[in-house]
This record gives sequence, structure tokens and C-alpha cells, in this order.
Amino acid sequence: MNIQTPIQNTPAEQAILDAFSERLSLLPGDGEVMLKRDAAIEAVKAGLPTRRIEAWHYTDLRRLLAKVPAYDDAAAAEAVPVLIEGSAVLPVLNGVAGKATALDGVTVQTVAEKLRDGSYAPALERQGDDDAIGALNAALVADGWFLDIADGTVLEKPIELQNVQAGGQVHTRFAARIGDGVTATIVERQAGSGGAFVSSVDNVVIGDGANVTWLIVQEEPDTATYLGQFNAWIGKDARFSLFVMNAGGKLVRQEVRVATKGEGSDFQLRGVNLLSGETHTDVTMVLDHAVPNTGSRELVRNVVTGRAHGVFQGRINVHQVAQKTDAKMACNTLLLSDDGEFSTKPELEIFADDVACGHGATVTEIDHGHLFYLMARGIDEKTARGLLVKAFVAEVIEGLEDEQLIEALEAKLDAWFATHG
Amino acid sequence: MLEIRNLHARIADEGTEIIRGLNLTVKKGEVSAIMGPNGSGKSTLSYILAGREDYEVTEGDILFNGESILEMDPAERAASGIFLAFQYPMEIPGVATMEFLKVALNAQRKARGEEPLKVPEFLKRVKESAGTLQMDMNMLKRPLNVGFSGGEKKRAEILQMKLLEPKLCVMDETDSGLDIDALKIVSDGVNALRSPDRAIVVITHYQRLLEHIVPDSVHVLYKGQIIKSGDKSLALDLEANGYAGVIGEAA
Repeated sequence: MNIQTPIQNTPAEQAILDAFSERLSLLPGDGEVMLKRDAAIEAVKAGLPTRRIEAWHYTDLRRLLAKVPAYDDAAAAEAVPVLIEGSAVLPVLNGVAGKATALDGVTVQTVAEKLRDGSYAPALERQGDDDAIGALNAALVADGWFLDIADGTVLEKPIELQNVQAGGQVHTRFAARIGDGVTATIVERQAGSGGAFVSSVDNVVIGDGANVTWLIVQEEPDTATYLGQFNAWIGKDARFSLFVMNAGGKLVRQEVRVATKGEGSDFQLRGVNLLSGETHTDVTMVLDHAVPNTGSRELVRNVVTGRAHGVFQGRINVHQVAQKTDAKMACNTLLLSDDGEFSTKPELEIFADDVACGHGATVTEIDHGHLFYLMARGIDEKTARGLLVKAFVAEVIEGLEDEQLIEALEAKLDAWFATHG
Repeated sequence: MLEIRNLHARIADEGTEIIRGLNLTVKKGEVSAIMGPNGSGKSTLSYILAGREDYEVTEGDILFNGESILEMDPAERAASGIFLAFQYPMEIPGVATMEFLKVALNAQRKARGEEPLKVPEFLKRVKESAGTLQMDMNMLKRPLNVGFSGGEKKRAEILQMKLLEPKLCVMDETDSGLDIDALKIVSDGVNALRSPDRAIVVITHYQRLLEHIVPDSVHVLYKGQIIKSGDKSLALDLEANGYAGVIGEAA
């Protein structure tokens, strides 16, 4: 016999449950959508994940999430300057989709519309017991953008999705169907002011032969909680490159869940985590090589200062049918303070017998020989350290092979080092 | 220009004394060779001059233009005009060579109260120097020393020296790893920098380099001390008879 006693919810959990009851009448969608929301909120009622849940071992959400703010409808968020000049912007300001820039070959709809017409209900399903972010977001999602990029479209300029808050609670979704043979760059910005509680979930389906770069640039203030989840399914012979930069937030978890669905597809994850102060940042990836002849590369570089704690969990599942999988994962950390901490957990689960899979993790300090060499040429210590730290992460950015993106992201690096270096 | 007085120094970590009462004076315009067998303290001396933290000076002083440099960090020493050409230049991934040259040059100019160089003028100077050293400009777009051959690294050191125009050049085993053609190019580069205002200290194991860079004075370093000094004929004597005789005399 198994009797479950209801747990005593933490103040943060209670705040989420209260918000759910209060907002229920305002949240878009009814019927099936509402049933899904009701089912999803049960995950919060049952208690947020603790370190006993394996996927959350290094990020005890229940303990770390000390406070959740109430909704703040008066908060006024403004769009942020675009990363790449000329991008078509799709903004979500304080949780509400704003005015979209029209773009040839791209059909857009707000997620609120899709919730109201019920077509978004299937996407509110929770992915397993440990999917706390998916559940939280499904219960409370209010708006976002759905974009459909027609087959064969070649976008000259990036699309920029913005999720900007000025406090309170915001639960957003970005969904995209990217057609066969599409070439596109999509920039996702997560930014704001005030101590907001943010969840943001992406669902991206990438068509056969497409070539897509998606960048998540997260620069929340160091008072905010950001819980992100990126889901993607990659079609046959498609190339998909995901870049994640975390350069802010007090409590951050960015999940990446990717599956190769078509043979010949290729996935690249590049991550840069710039951690400072007393913050906690977690990037957790689950990658499924589900068909034969697919490749993946994961390169994550972390810079840890202050008393920050970082986490990278990378799990690669190679299914039994996925012969000739070629996967390589690396996580390198530069620890710049004695009080900083970084936890890395690579996991390879391989059921196929003809594969090439590897992983590596390093934690280092600044190389004293390198520092001496630069200083011996007259470069003062602070500048020399800055050069070396920047070089460490710039390698990840340079792999993007797009001059405009590289320049814009290096400018972000410089800005971060100027205030935290 | 350089005056080392009764210098004692040890490895900071474990306390082994390497330099044991070293005295040396190098005048303006002088090219001075320091020779000695393996383990005599030659490279250590060069690192101590440049200010590497791994060594601790326990006694004595190093005066550069009459002022002690012991309290200065490596960057301050470089800005005051001391340049160490490394025996093994570091490979630094992610730092583009050109960017490094610009930052270094302008850091030194700034420390001396000069304006930063304008980009066209900077490029012109780099091109000129690279040309005389037969270096390909494409090489300078690569990360600093990464994938450079031994000879290319040494040329890159001389290129830096030409651009930074130091007052005192300390060349640590510059000939190691060079074939005869590269040795000629590098030596020509050093000789072009000889000037009445500049002193050059050439640290070497072999006489070979001194056929190309002819010294005004030669000093033998053994067990952390200068045990014999002379003119260029001393180097020839060492080449012919080895270090044993000189060491025997001193003992």
C-alpha cells in the first residue's frame, strides 16, 4: 500500500499556486487548454524538484527558489536594442506579445491566440515527471509567438524574439515550425529589470535540409529567476546550431532538449556562461540521437567569479537504431575566485554498437605562464587577465562563423567583463 | 644601464637557491653575452629580470638606469624599457597576434604618457618589421604563437622587440631551435636594433649565435655567479676548451 501524504508547500510554491488561482480567469484558453493547465499545476502542488530528483541534483529548485513575486500588471517593460541591426523583432513585453514586424515567408501568430482557439493544447503536455519547467510554464503561459517559416525561405536578416520584463511574473512560449530547406538565424533575448520570475519555453521543429542558427542571449538582472526550456526536433540532413549565453539572473536554469529525427542531421550546442556574484546558473541538455547517421558537437565554456555556482549536465542518448552516431561533448570552466563553484555531469547512454562518442571536462585557473608572457610585453595585469578570459570564451563564439554575430556577441562579452571582470 | 649587485634568488615555491651572489654591469650601447653550462641559472636570470613571480629575490638588487626594479611587476618593467625574448614563447589560443601587438604597444605608450598609435601607422610599422624578418602577414592573423614553428616563434619575438623598441633586450637562448637560415634572419633582426642607446644581453649556451651577434663582453655564469668576464675571445676560448677550464680556475 502506498499512501502519499500531501506535502507542506514552500512559500514560493504557495505563491505560484496563489498566482494560478488568481490568474486562472485571465489566462487565455478554455476546454482542453484549461484541462492541461489544471493537470500541469499539480506538479507544483506536489512540490518543486529537490536534489533527490536526478535531473535536479545540482539545482535544488525547491530550496533555491526562495521567493516568487506576485504578478505586476503595472510594470512597464520596453523592447531592448536588437543584437543585429535590421532584425525583424517579435516582442513579448511583460508577458504580452507586442507588435510584430512583418516578414516575407514567415507567418506569425501570438500564442495567446493559439491558446484561445485551442490549437496549442497538445503542446502543453508535460515531458516526464522531472519536467518542472514545462509543467510550470504550461499552467501559467499567457502569450508568446508562434512562427511558421515557409519551405525554402532564406532569411537575409535574423528574426529577434524578445522576452522583456520589468518585474512580477512572466510565462512565455516561443514556438516555430521551420520549413524544409529554410536558412534562418533566430535570436532570442531574455532580459529585463526588477526581480521578475520568468519561465520561457521554446518548441522548434526544423524541416529537412534546413540550416538554422538559434541564439538565446540571457541577460536578466541579478535579482531575477529565469527558468528556460528549449525543445527541438531536427529533420533529415538539417543543420542546427544552438548558441546559449547566460550573462545574468540570480537563479537560472536553461534546459535544452533536442532530438535528431531525420538521418544526416547535425546539431551543435555552443554555450557561454558568465557567472558572478551569488548566483546559480544551470544548463542541462538532453540530446537524443534517435536515427542513424547523425552528428553532434557540444562545447560549453564557463567563467566563474565571486561566489557563483554553475552547472552543466549533458546527457547524450544514442538509441539502438542510431548507428554511425558521431557525438562529442566538452565542458571547460575557468574558475576566477576561490569561492566560485562549477559542477559538470556528462552522461553518455549508448545502445548502438557502431558509434563515435566522447566527452571531456576541465576546470582551470588562468594560466600563470600566459599571464606572465602578456605582462612581460607591458600589458597591465587587469588587462592581461581580461584578454585571457575573453580568449577562453571567444573560441566558442568564433565557431559561429558569422562575422556580424561574432562581433555582436563579443561586444556583449566586453560589456560583461567591463562590469564584472 | 643595468647593474646587478650581489643578487641572490630562489624558487619561490620550494626555496632552492639558483642565483648566489651575482654581479653584472651592462652599459648603454653594450652587447653582453652570458654563457654557461646547463643548470647554471641563465634562464632563471632572464626571468628574474623580467619579473616572473616564481622566483624570489632574497638579497642584493637590480638597478635599471639607476633605479631598483625589484618592486615593479612585469608590465611596469616592460613599460620602463626591459624586454625579454623568451626561449619558449607561449602559445595563447584565442588571442589574435595583431590584437596582442596593438594592445601591448599601446599599453606601453600609455604607461609612458604617449598617445595610442593610429591604426594605419600601427599597421605600417608591423608590415615593415614583418617584412625585414620575412614573416607572412597572414601568420599575424592567427592566435598568438599557436601552430607557429620554432623558427616562426623566435621571429615573432624579434618582431615584438622591434615594435616595442625597448632600452634593454634580454635574449634567452634565442638560437635554440633555429636552423642556419632562420638564425641569420633573427640575428640580422637583433643587429639592426644595436644602437648607442640600447643594451642587449644575449644568453646562450653556444658560441654559434655569437658569430652572428658579436658581443662587446662575455660573462660566464656558473652555479648562480659570474665566475669570469672577458671580451669576445672568451667565447672562442670556451668553444675550444669547454667550460671545465674556466670552472677549474674559479674553484
